Amino acid sequence: MSTPATTLLRSANTTSRQNYEKLMFGVMGLGAVCVVIPMVYIFVTLFIGGIGKVLTPGFLTEIPSRGSTQGGIGPQIGGTIALMIGTIVLALPLGISAAIYLTEYAGKNALTRAIRMAIVNLAGVPSIVHGLFGLGLFVYLLGAWMDKISGFSSLDPPQNFWGRPTLLWGAATLAILVLPIVITATEESLKTVPRSFREGSIGLGATKWQTIWKVVLPAALPGILTGTILAIGRAAGETAPIILVAAVGYKTNFAPIPPLYEPVVALPYHLFYVVTEVARATPALQYGTALTLLLIVFGMNLVAIILRTRLRNARRW
Amino acid sequence: MITGWIYLCGGLSIVFVVMIFLFVFKEAFPLLREYSISAFLTGTLWAPTEQPEKFGLVPLLLSSVMVTLGAVVIAIPLGLMTAIYLAEIAPARIRDILKPAVELLAAIPSVVLGFFGVTVLAPFLAQTLKLDIGLSMLAGSITLAFMAVPTIATISEDALSSVGKDLKQGSLALGATRWETIRRVGVPAAFSGIMASIMLGIGRAIGETMVVLMVTGSGVGDSLKGIMTEPLQAFRWVFSAYGEICNTITATIASDMGEAVVGSAHYHALFLLGVVLFVITFIINLVADAALRKGHLQQ
Repeated sequence: MSTPATTLLRSANTTSRQNYEKLMFGVMGLGAVCVVIPMVYIFVTLFIGGIGKVLTPGFLTEIPSRGSTQGGIGPQIGGTIALMIGTIVLALPLGISAAIYLTEYAGKNALTRAIRMAIVNLAGVPSIVHGLFGLGLFVYLLGAWMDKISGFSSLDPPQNFWGRPTLLWGAATLAILVLPIVITATEESLKTVPRSFREGSIGLGATKWQTIWKVVLPAALPGILTGTILAIGRAAGETAPIILVAAVGYKTNFAPIPPLYEPVVALPYHLFYVVTEVARATPALQYGTALTLLLIVFGMNLVAIILRTRLRNARRW
Repeated sequence: MITGWIYLCGGLSIVFVVMIFLFVFKEAFPLLREYSISAFLTGTLWAPTEQPEKFGLVPLLLSSVMVTLGAVVIAIPLGLMTAIYLAEIAPARIRDILKPAVELLAAIPSVVLGFFGVTVLAPFLAQTLKLDIGLSMLAGSITLAFMAVPTIATISEDALSSVGKDLKQGSLALGATRWETIRRVGVPAAFSGIMASIMLGIGRAIGETMVVLMVTGSGVGDSLKGIMTEPLQAFRWVFSAYGEICNTITATIASDMGEAVVGSAHYHALFLLGVVLFVITFIINLVADAALRKGHLQQ
């Protein structure tokens, strides 16, 4: 049926449609480039600005001096590590247990739906609101109560010991903040363990808990680890909540291991502090602090990404 | 016993969400005894140190909404283009690098982005747009956009990737080009997921604290005041407002809490701001969750 004319017409039409496709593919690619380039630019800028300072001997270990315009950021790194450890110690048992409940115990009912909705919403609560919550519950209610029963608040003059921002309250607040990350990652990981593993174990006479503890959890461990690392990375960089419940810009005494009951200096808050409060802080010091924080967070995330890729390629079942 | 513990932890998320609301509300409530709720909701002045104290929500909410809108206008096209490129166009080799890169972007601590905004972006804007100081609503919007892009890109990419192969192949077999398939089949089928990603991006931007605290300056610009005094003429001020400073809800909570005396009206007012923020993000999340669920049901 096709005359030369219609063939020509159709092919012309096809060519223009294919050209349009090429154009739009290019536009989409350009969009992706527009996302990546600024990110690379940010990283390179921080790297060039900060690497000299980071490599200066003592910067990563010494305490700040002269009102944080000189010296290092050793205590800030220590405080951040303490917050990370505290957070994960609190979040991991709760998060893994919650995920076990969701995959191994929960039925398909309204309660499960409500729990899932709560997890989504918990993940969406702004971090500053987490901070307000920590302030209301931990610092002013729990902390004040602990001061009362331990007698600190009846001393003369009354002592504020737990009823103030401390490392412990920071870790507790951050633990609730990262809980959805731990739960979601663990649940994903538990779901990938095949049914046959559980059935085999139950068939051999193991109880449900023995099956979970000895079979399911070990098989899901790498995935859980990935989620844990992501959660720690998130806790390391969060600033808004610890402004309210844990951090101070400067301390007069720096213990090698920050005590749970004292306000803590931490990298993200220190960056905010030297940018906004310390008028005479040098750019090198600011960039050095920012780069150190970025390297810690990126390091955690890179490990998690590599672990996940390995995992996907090396699954044994 | 161990089973009891597991059941207990299972319900923990609900407990925390309820407790967060209750505690923030509990600390906010005393304000309503001495300050009328309508004065809070309609007041156009936030002046906690003046006598008598003024706790007007309008300038803060307006700042939050405008900064977020600006961020979303930038982030939606960038995020969607990245998602489409990742899901449908990129060769496997590029995707394997690009996807982790986008995830890394999401991982940059907000205080680091804020620092970058203050030291690089703000001076740049001040120079190119001839602003007095670069610290502005626009600088906040641009920086926040880079926090919203990864959210929009990754969730939209998920939605696009999970569109059934049969749909796409059917379209290709009918003679549509790959682009036409994306445009007329992929995007419509993934529409609810894409909408959810945008909602979550908005939620992320409006709840972000450090970036706006550092980058948008502190105070209320003249254009914002203009919008509030003559709301019907708002269009006259909207563009210039982006070149001026503003105080968002989140930044106000973070910067004022250190000065507010515990138990004072100011202290309670800051918690009331927290309640407002919680309610806004809660609604956004519920809508996004419903959209995601709808998307999954369709597929």
